[in-house]
Amino acid sequence: MNMAERILRRVLFAAISLFVIITLTFFLMNLLPGDPFMSDHATEASRAALVHKYGLDQPVIVQYGKYLWALLHGDMGTSYILQKGRAVSSIVWESFLVSLQLGLKALIAAIVIGVPLGCIAGLYQEKVADGVIRVISAIGISVPGYVLAAVLMLVLAVNLKVLPVSYGSPGGEVMPIIVLAMYPTCYLMRLTRASILEVLGQDYLKTERARGMGEGRVIFVHALKNSLIPIITYLGPLTASILTGGFVAESVFNVPGLGRYFVSAISARDYTLIMGVTIFYATLIVTMNLICDILYQVVDPRIKSA
Amino acid sequence: MKNYISLQVPVEKDAFDRLPADFYQDEEKDTRAVGYWKAAWLRLKKNRIAMTALVIILLITLFAVVGPLLSPYTYDQQVHGDENLFPCAAHPFGTDRLGRDLMVRCMIGTRISLLVGVVSAFIVMVIGSIYGAISGLCGGKVDLVMMRVVDVIYSVPEILLIVVIKLVIDEPLSHVAALQKIGSGLIAIFIVYGCLYWVGMARIVRGQVMQLKEMEYVTAANALGAKRGELIREHLIPNCIGQLIATVMMQIPSAIFTEAFLSFLGMGVSAPMASLGSLTSDALSGLTVAPYRMIFPAVIISLIILSFNLFGDGLRDALDPKMKKS
Repeated sequence: MNMAERILRRVLFAAISLFVIITLTFFLMNLLPGDPFMSDHATEASRAALVHKYGLDQPVIVQYGKYLWALLHGDMGTSYILQKGRAVSSIVWESFLVSLQLGLKALIAAIVIGVPLGCIAGLYQEKVADGVIRVISAIGISVPGYVLAAVLMLVLAVNLKVLPVSYGSPGGEVMPIIVLAMYPTCYLMRLTRASILEVLGQDYLKTERARGMGEGRVIFVHALKNSLIPIITYLGPLTASILTGGFVAESVFNVPGLGRYFVSAISARDYTLIMGVTIFYATLIVTMNLICDILYQVVDPRIKSA
Repeated sequence: MKNYISLQVPVEKDAFDRLPADFYQDEEKDTRAVGYWKAAWLRLKKNRIAMTALVIILLITLFAVVGPLLSPYTYDQQVHGDENLFPCAAHPFGTDRLGRDLMVRCMIGTRISLLVGVVSAFIVMVIGSIYGAISGLCGGKVDLVMMRVVDVIYSVPEILLIVVIKLVIDEPLSHVAALQKIGSGLIAIFIVYGCLYWVGMARIVRGQVMQLKEMEYVTAANALGAKRGELIREHLIPNCIGQLIATVMMQIPSAIFTEAFLSFLGMGVSAPMASLGSLTSDALSGLTVAPYRMIFPAVIISLIILSFNLFGDGLRDALDPKMKKS
């Protein structure tokens, strides 16, 4: 199989899984009893009119077809409860921009801090620096995001009062970013360390040394370059973890992002909004995974598509 | 003059003396034949971090399983007059706004965490290893189709599906009293773990089986007329069980993590059942006046996940020394 074929196949599988997710979400949501207007204090007639207006009296399969068709045009329906009458796609897009801006900062922080520290740990294996970094990463991976959020809130905002509790005021971004970046940073440290150790044992490094290449050149030109490749594969799951991390960070710190909307849509049972956000998230994660996969294969041709 | 190219080994004066009687004893110690499990245990015992983690896990289990039996309170008992207490002799972790003892609630929450971890890991192990073994053993077209299915499932984000399934099963579950107590969130976690999470496991088991299938001793057993069942029982299972257990151990913290996360967001256990996640989120509203309410569940959940992670690492190194890289 050549590269183009492999990439095409990956794209196809991504499309299939996306389709499966959308279908599954739609039919699961349709299993829910009642309709979104049940809780309204409306008369039977006006309720029926609303149900008819949104096409909820049609057979499920017809609704499904319509939903898919609308989805292809970027239309995710209308929010019934949380923001009455507003298009889901505009809510999703607007709040996503807020999440994106936070998420990108967290992502950059994770890479800028995690990768170099992982390199140091790998290069100075079994030394003090390595030990300290390993302990930090073990703890960072194990502490759930919500615990970190609560502790940061308690220490930095309530006791020391160095940072504001709410998101809007200056410096309010710092705590959400720390919460979002913690797990990915520590995971990247581990990953980079393991990857460096593996590359350091490779024969081609011995060859370079035997040829008389300086140690600095061996490490910076050959070892680092090759050990950073596997890290690309983590960028997909990294996006997913920052997204789900957003549920907690945005709810705790009151950031008007997509994660908080998702959580409040669930407690308000705003089904179209839940569906819209779920599908949006799924598309994002599947696309990121796809991009990483392709990137990985392009960068390292030894990888066979499994 | 010293001859630099001489091959003669310099001989010390006492080189031909008799060796002390216990000279080889150290070596003999290590040449005892030990079985796979014994060897793994010996390796594990040497790993001080993993052993500490194991002790902590045992202590936490004791705390969760035996603790509530010894406590004079129950997790949903509201002791009137004891509301909003700071940790004291009667309530070592303090009480909440409704006068519920937080220590017993933490114990119950830990119980939920451990239950979720163990049950999910079990589900993942059973489904994943059976699926992976079939795929690996059959090979060919069956393998191809089965692995494509895995590829598709692998890319489904599990948290989203847990949330959706929780919403769907909420209503039907409310008619079943016994299940309601656990909460639809937990059942949803189990369902999703059963449907989705096993794929990682299936991939690992398949890889192992494919690799083992090509081993010389399997070919030899085949040539000697071993039946398929015998082959699986005698050769395949014993050889991949180590990695299987190590992988399952890694599933436990991830499931505990997911449950605490969902409970924190109010999608896990339903009130008045306590979970370490929901206890923390309850405490968040009173953070300024009663920070101790948050500290205990937060420390316990972190400790659980940390020790399972560390123990899992140690177990993997002990059970599968070939895989050990660093």
